[in-house]
Amino acid sequence: MIAELGLAALWLAAALAALQLVAGALAVWRGGEESGGELAGLIRPAAIVQGVLCVFSFAMLVWLFVRTDLSVKLVAMNSHSDKPLIFKIAGSWGNHEGSMLLWITVMSAAGALIAFVERRLPERTMQATLAAQSFVALGFYAFLLLSSNPFERLPTPAVEGNGLNPLLQDIGLAFHPPTLYLGYVGLSVAFSFAVGALITRQVTPEFARAMRPWVLGAWIFLTVGITAGSYWAYYELGWGGWWFWDPVENASLMPWLAATALLHSASVLAARDALRAWTIMLGVVAFSMSMIGTFLVRSGILTSVHAFAVDPERGSFILGLLVIYIGGALAVFGLRAGSVAEGEKFSAVSREGALVVNNVLLSAILGVVLLGTLYPLLTEAMGVRVSVGPPYFDPVGTVFVVPMLLAMMVGPLLRWRGDRLERVRKPALIALVCLAGGLAVAIALRAGVLSTIGLALSAGLAVASVMPLRGRSLRRLPIATWGMVIAHLGIAVALFGMASERAFNKEELAAIKVGETATVGPWSVKLAAVDPVAGANWTAIEAVMQASYAGGKPVELHPQARSFWSPPQETTESALATRWNGQLYAVLGKAADSERWQVRLWWKPFVTLIWYGGLMIALGGLLALIGRVREDLRRRIVQRKAGERRAEAVP
Amino acid sequence: MSRLLAMLVAISVLPFAIAPLAAQDSMPPAPYAYRQLDDSGLEARARGLMEELRCLKCQSQSIADSDAPMAGDMRHQVRLRIAAGEDPEAIREWMMERYGDYVSYAPVVSRTTWPLYVGPVVLLLIAGLLLWRRFRKVA
Repeated sequence: MIAELGLAALWLAAALAALQLVAGALAVWRGGEESGGELAGLIRPAAIVQGVLCVFSFAMLVWLFVRTDLSVKLVAMNSHSDKPLIFKIAGSWGNHEGSMLLWITVMSAAGALIAFVERRLPERTMQATLAAQSFVALGFYAFLLLSSNPFERLPTPAVEGNGLNPLLQDIGLAFHPPTLYLGYVGLSVAFSFAVGALITRQVTPEFARAMRPWVLGAWIFLTVGITAGSYWAYYELGWGGWWFWDPVENASLMPWLAATALLHSASVLAARDALRAWTIMLGVVAFSMSMIGTFLVRSGILTSVHAFAVDPERGSFILGLLVIYIGGALAVFGLRAGSVAEGEKFSAVSREGALVVNNVLLSAILGVVLLGTLYPLLTEAMGVRVSVGPPYFDPVGTVFVVPMLLAMMVGPLLRWRGDRLERVRKPALIALVCLAGGLAVAIALRAGVLSTIGLALSAGLAVASVMPLRGRSLRRLPIATWGMVIAHLGIAVALFGMASERAFNKEELAAIKVGETATVGPWSVKLAAVDPVAGANWTAIEAVMQASYAGGKPVELHPQARSFWSPPQETTESALATRWNGQLYAVLGKAADSERWQVRLWWKPFVTLIWYGGLMIALGGLLALIGRVREDLRRRIVQRKAGERRAEAVP
Repeated sequence: MSRLLAMLVAISVLPFAIAPLAAQDSMPPAPYAYRQLDDSGLEARARGLMEELRCLKCQSQSIADSDAPMAGDMRHQVRLRIAAGEDPEAIREWMMERYGDYVSYAPVVSRTTWPLYVGPVVLLLIAGLLLWRRFRKVA
């Protein structure tokens, strides 16, 4: 009964999406509320009820997983009655059907939210926006209901479930997909806004202000998702790597790059009414990247822990949606972009000028990542297998990142519209001196070419990013400006962590007996004991290691080699000792012979800064979001009061 | 009686039956799969190469990042050859001959891969052109 309720809610929601699309399209066609009449009045309620129905449907799925209802195919395939409760819940989106239901749920909830709160834009633009949103949603409803029904029953209930991939039974992973989905789907809202504004040709600063919170929100979730995914790969895969240029990672990086560019160009549009067509274009590109990401990850083209749907039919379905939405949006763009005026002019040396440089370079980096990700798939289709990995992405990416970061050092110091370089000479010189200092230190430490560039740039950027605070009253600084400073500083921090890990990483592979000691960098690590341990659905061999930094007080580490039995798989659980200046990474391997154990140890100086930097970037985004929303609310209150005053003055 | 005999035969044969199975199960002994070279300079060269060779049994991991037995075997090969004084690029060539171009993460410029290198140059040109056109009018 639960499953049937969920399915019924989903069908109803799909029907409402169709209604929303038809009503929206007719209203836009006839031109606004006056003539759209009663039909136009249906659009917002349809969006809101649709959101509620989807949330209800998803709740039903989670309930099925919590109860481990083995008569439902999805539960039987992906869950197990022995699993801890948190992983039963997380298991509901740890599979293809459930994750697509989560996607559509988040998307329709976002649609409900804009239908409920967004009243600034001209009503006709809003109708076009909501129609576009329902058009996108409709494709996903069709996909879910026709080829990936999550509520399908088994003819006879299973005796026991298959379990969840052990690699996914991790608390970080439980929240990784929802986080990324919130990001992807937030970009779908930006996409709908862009299409809506394009259809009614009302690409105004107001439109940018309405779209910006959604872009910011999506961008924050993407940042957190990528950061968390990277940290997960780092501690779970057991070899200390934190970024592999894996197509699946690139699939989340590409929307992030596009969203970063969109965020900055929307700021230009909101503040200065410039870059209109470019902002719209980025809105389309950003969501296209989310779709391409979904296609790559879910279609089964790539075999990975993410590829739940290794089913060509589903792959073609997603590809079809991709072509319809991206092609359709680009066609509308091609038809309308010419009639959207370019906007205000500005000179090269200005805030807008630096942001244009940032935008163009971010787009170029996006192009490189896209090329490097898709090209091997293309040649494979033609029968040639090519690997494109770090030796390609690292140097090629650097060529574009260096000028972008240099522009980023100066940009925030410049004034809008037009400025002179002489005015910012002093702070720019200070930043350059720091950059040169970083360069000298890195060369003295023989850090390697890319690491040297990274260390120097991070030193310069760290100083440059706090320069906008110079000579300003810190208490009266807008929250959004704080957000920018912290996010830019976060880039410098993360870059420093990356360069430092690359340059100064120390590795020790040893085979030692219990009681013996291995050393790596400043650490000495004693293997104190090796014992068997057991968890709810796994057994493991656990080492007790006593690690001491430079002869100090030892800390105890417990790395494990785990064996899961449903499904059978072995994983390594690394153990980490974190200090302010880096992390010791310890892994227990197999038995080397009858007495000795393989252990792998790494000392990674400042590696944690990579993820702290990522969190700082997200925090900066959050502050900017809070600042912008507060600004908007204040503006609305002022406008309403002015309206009331006018109304009082009339009689 | 015959069942007892059969059991006795089975027990006496069992060790011989297990031995070859076990031998098949493990790869040829590869001591340098999980052991570094003593010379840190040589080890650094080996590591540099290992990070650029693909583990053919994994999802997007280099042989320096993998527990797969095959990756271990390849690490052993790389370290042995580096220790014997071979050039890393020569070892890469050898690996590519054996496993195909796919094994190297650094795509060589060839008839099939040139777009990978021309693409970024084109992007750079487009970026330059966009910026030039944008700022030419006003400046």
